[in-house]
Amino acid sequence: MADEQKPAGSPSPAQQGAGGANPKAGAAAGAAKTAPPKPAAAAPPKPPATMAATPWDSELARDLRNRFGERIGETSTYLGQDFLVAKPDAVIPILEYLKLEGDFDYLVDITAVDWPKKPERFELVYILYSFAHNRRVRVKTAIADGYRPASAVGVHLTANWLEREVYDMFGIEFAGHPDLRRILLPEDWQGFPLRKDYSIVQQDERWVRENLGIESGQ
Amino acid sequence: MPESTFLDSTELVLNMGPQHPSTHGVLRVILKLDGEKVLGTDCVIGYLHRGVEKIAENRTYAQFNPYVDRMDYVAAVSNGLGYCLAIEKLLNVEAPPRAQAVRVILTELNRVASHLVWLGTHALDIGAITPVFYCFREREEALKIFENYCGARLTTHAFRIGGLQYETYDGFEREVLAFCDMFLPKVDEYEELLTNNRIWAGRLQRVGVLNAEECKEYGVTGPVLRAAGVKWDVRKAQPYSGYEQYEFEIPTRENGDTYDRYVVRMQEMRQSVRIMRQAVEKLAPGPIMAKVPKVIKPPVGEVYVSIEAPKGELGYYVVSDGTTQPYRVRVRPPSFVNLQALDRMVAGGLVADVVAIIGTIDIVLGEVDR
Repeated sequence: MADEQKPAGSPSPAQQGAGGANPKAGAAAGAAKTAPPKPAAAAPPKPPATMAATPWDSELARDLRNRFGERIGETSTYLGQDFLVAKPDAVIPILEYLKLEGDFDYLVDITAVDWPKKPERFELVYILYSFAHNRRVRVKTAIADGYRPASAVGVHLTANWLEREVYDMFGIEFAGHPDLRRILLPEDWQGFPLRKDYSIVQQDERWVRENLGIESGQ
Repeated sequence: MPESTFLDSTELVLNMGPQHPSTHGVLRVILKLDGEKVLGTDCVIGYLHRGVEKIAENRTYAQFNPYVDRMDYVAAVSNGLGYCLAIEKLLNVEAPPRAQAVRVILTELNRVASHLVWLGTHALDIGAITPVFYCFREREEALKIFENYCGARLTTHAFRIGGLQYETYDGFEREVLAFCDMFLPKVDEYEELLTNNRIWAGRLQRVGVLNAEECKEYGVTGPVLRAAGVKWDVRKAQPYSGYEQYEFEIPTRENGDTYDRYVVRMQEMRQSVRIMRQAVEKLAPGPIMAKVPKVIKPPVGEVYVSIEAPKGELGYYVVSDGTTQPYRVRVRPPSFVNLQALDRMVAGGLVADVVAIIGTIDIVLGEVDR
């Protein structure tokens, strides 16, 4: 109740409402009303122009396209960050190529995103950085549940624990991984918590009962 | 009688932790030993796993903000900065200059506080008891500034998406400058105790060597990478929050051993003081909050934003599906990634060096396990 009343009296709802639906109008209203927050008011009109991914046009992108052809589906830039979407079996060759030819010698992170409604359920994301060129690239690929992507440990040693965590949280098994065990959860835990169909209150009841001696961890 | 017992084997498996004062939290390390020599290790982690990334998917963008403080809890301000910058990037807004300067001051102050915890406990592990009291004495002064600013000492939740919630208090600049003046002589004091101390040097030099190539292979960042001679710091390489305006050095060393990492961190604290002084000078009156809608609903998209946390590169990969809750928040934790190199660093060394090496990586288990 208090929350609903508060904006009614103050001059903010016009800005706030407009800011959500149409940033341009919100900014105009804000600039007209108050002078001090000028730099802040000037910022919002930008979003609509840059909020869509644009084609990533660079020598590296052309180079990769020439080399991998059809196996690279998309090369884009979003908010100044470059990424490419590749076929699952092309990921390791791309990482290798980028490491050896493009100086992308630092694998920052491997992670996954679960999209249960898509036919290829998981999106695997590899974030790379090049010390020599001070540049980041993301390599993404979409895989179906049960598909076993190749492990990147042979290219970057750091992939070892990162892939173990992806396995632990999403149940994605990496083929050729030297030591694919759970890393954060207990080894005999059932279920993969970062999948979208795993509720936030869900837990492995049997594990909790047997190991903690209590009925529920809630 | 059994035909052979474990005593016949030359290999001894020794369990260290999870409850052990030198593992800096609940870390379990299984050591394979041949006498005093370490053949290999296996880290068992996850005791502090709270599912932070899952929680993020069930909170709004603003609600999740305080949770990030609980990862690297000795550097909560850095965690908050990384998260706020990531969401600001998704929204395509930038914090106003005054907010950026305050952020820099508090983050550098937090870097000092974090390095002080490292120095005190690291020295304690090696057997030097005095430094920990000195370090915590000075850290207290830093925490007082946090407390005066936002009411919390450890899990500060100092920043908001778009800037700051609170204007600085009366005397903030004075207190920060007083801290800077007070602190530099104290660093000399610590160095007097340790830098040329023969026992300290003897326990640290040529211990846990990780060269530049290995660092890159393992994705190791932060002071560990810089001690191996790689002049790389996210604050310089890809500046954020106005770091490009400040003059500071990236301290590096060549050997990549435990002693060099000690020297690098000591110099980093001096550089932090240098940055804080410049930031206080830059602190001009102005707005502290960018124009961010009350209900944060970033457009569909994804970003990866990283900062130089005291432990290394702390990154946030955030995916938005256009709703009020993040679709996915991935934290790239420096402690987790750096800890992976422990095996390489201790292999072939002595069992007594294991605690020195765990200390020198500077891990916080809250961040390793999340």
